Amino acid sequence: MGDSQYSFSLTTFSPSGKLVQIEHALTAVGSGQTSLGIKAVNGVVIATEKKLPSILVDETSVQKIQSLTPNIGVVYSGMGPDSRVLVRKSRKQAEQYYRLYKEPIPVTQLVRETATVMQEFTQSGGVRPFGVSLLVAGYDDKGPQLYQVDPSGSYFSWKASAMGKNVSNAKAFLEKRYTEDMELDDAVHTAILTLKEGFEGQISGKNIEIGVIDSKRIFKVLSPSEVEDYLQEVE
Amino acid sequence: MRRKALAFDHFLHLNVGKCSNFGSGVIFEYNGSALVAMVGKNCFAIASDRRLGVQLQTIATDFQKIYRIHHTLFIGLAGLATDTQTLYQRLVFRHKLYHLREERDMKPETFASLVSAVLYEKRFGPYFCQPVIAGLGDDDKPFICTMDSIGAKELAKDFVVAGTASESLYGACESMFKPDMEAEELFETISQALISSVDRDCLSGWGGHVYLVTPTEVTERILKGRMD
Repeated sequence: MGDSQYSFSLTTFSPSGKLVQIEHALTAVGSGQTSLGIKAVNGVVIATEKKLPSILVDETSVQKIQSLTPNIGVVYSGMGPDSRVLVRKSRKQAEQYYRLYKEPIPVTQLVRETATVMQEFTQSGGVRPFGVSLLVAGYDDKGPQLYQVDPSGSYFSWKASAMGKNVSNAKAFLEKRYTEDMELDDAVHTAILTLKEGFEGQISGKNIEIGVIDSKRIFKVLSPSEVEDYLQEVE
Repeated sequence: MRRKALAFDHFLHLNVGKCSNFGSGVIFEYNGSALVAMVGKNCFAIASDRRLGVQLQTIATDFQKIYRIHHTLFIGLAGLATDTQTLYQRLVFRHKLYHLREERDMKPETFASLVSAVLYEKRFGPYFCQPVIAGLGDDDKPFICTMDSIGAKELAKDFVVAGTASESLYGACESMFKPDMEAEELFETISQALISSVDRDCLSGWGGHVYLVTPTEVTERILKGRMD
């Protein structure tokens, strides 16, 4: 980028000390579809709305929740294409770690590396920050973990969190419903109820996506029929 | 412009005609070393000789070849002394950063993978070292391995050897080793194996340095052998 006309950073400070581009990125996240995550004693669940622009879209081709390693999964709120770039970079970093140490990457390390990438895009020439916040769910030797990573590159560990359109209602709901000794199945039910709170229209296995990881340490995205089963349990 | 003659100049004639170009095996025999690691019952021992030589001249008799990475992980390095020292510095650097980032010590298996990767990075201009790695892994299970100078790992359940005395060491260990030895017996066995092997190798010797590691303590002992 050295020779380019745009070798200076496009993300610059405002007089009030804010990075306006990051604020705008957070706005993009805030107008994205709601997603949430809950950490249970024996696992983690992440979920998101999957509102498609038209009924003609083949919903089986769309997958918002993706795995970064066999034991770490991620969901986003905001711009889908930006999240794809981050997923690709994170997967590569996880594999590089494995290649060096022959050990699966700890969740905190992967989150830190991903956050570092996001921060780089706030301080490099000619690029803009990512318009996504990520919720990373994983299970490693330290147990189940849930992290949120923002466009600025800051990351936080959460017991339960939400992002996107309905964030304030969802977080309020989670604050009321969350208990420290929640098991994974309870957490999935709570996640569904939280999504239902702000859902416009009829919730079904085809317009939400749920990913879970339990103590067997395999991250799995539930199939639409499995989601339907949980939905019926909630009714 | 001729420099003044220095004390060791009369040794220069020893290098004339002696492998002035270092072919593949000979560089490993420049300084001389003997290294062995053995597994016992919930413990391990790692031992080395103490000689540092320049071909057949002995320069030091207290040269350290076994280094501590953390309290239950040791690496012994055989081969060209300058490379072993540099490699050790690089590995300690990597482990310190790992410890700061991950807030934990490296498991021996992980460290072995790291050493292998570091060595292979220099595949076409390698470090002339042969490492011996010994540590206590999960549940205090002893782990030993060795690798060649470009990182080919060799895991073993009983013992691993390296250095100019390696062939003698293989023989001595094979006959003296028993599985599941307790700490004291392991110490005796590894010491006997080391001393008898270095006595048959002119490039290693001048005593021995043995580390005996159990989950609760690390014992370091110096052995006296034939001082030649």
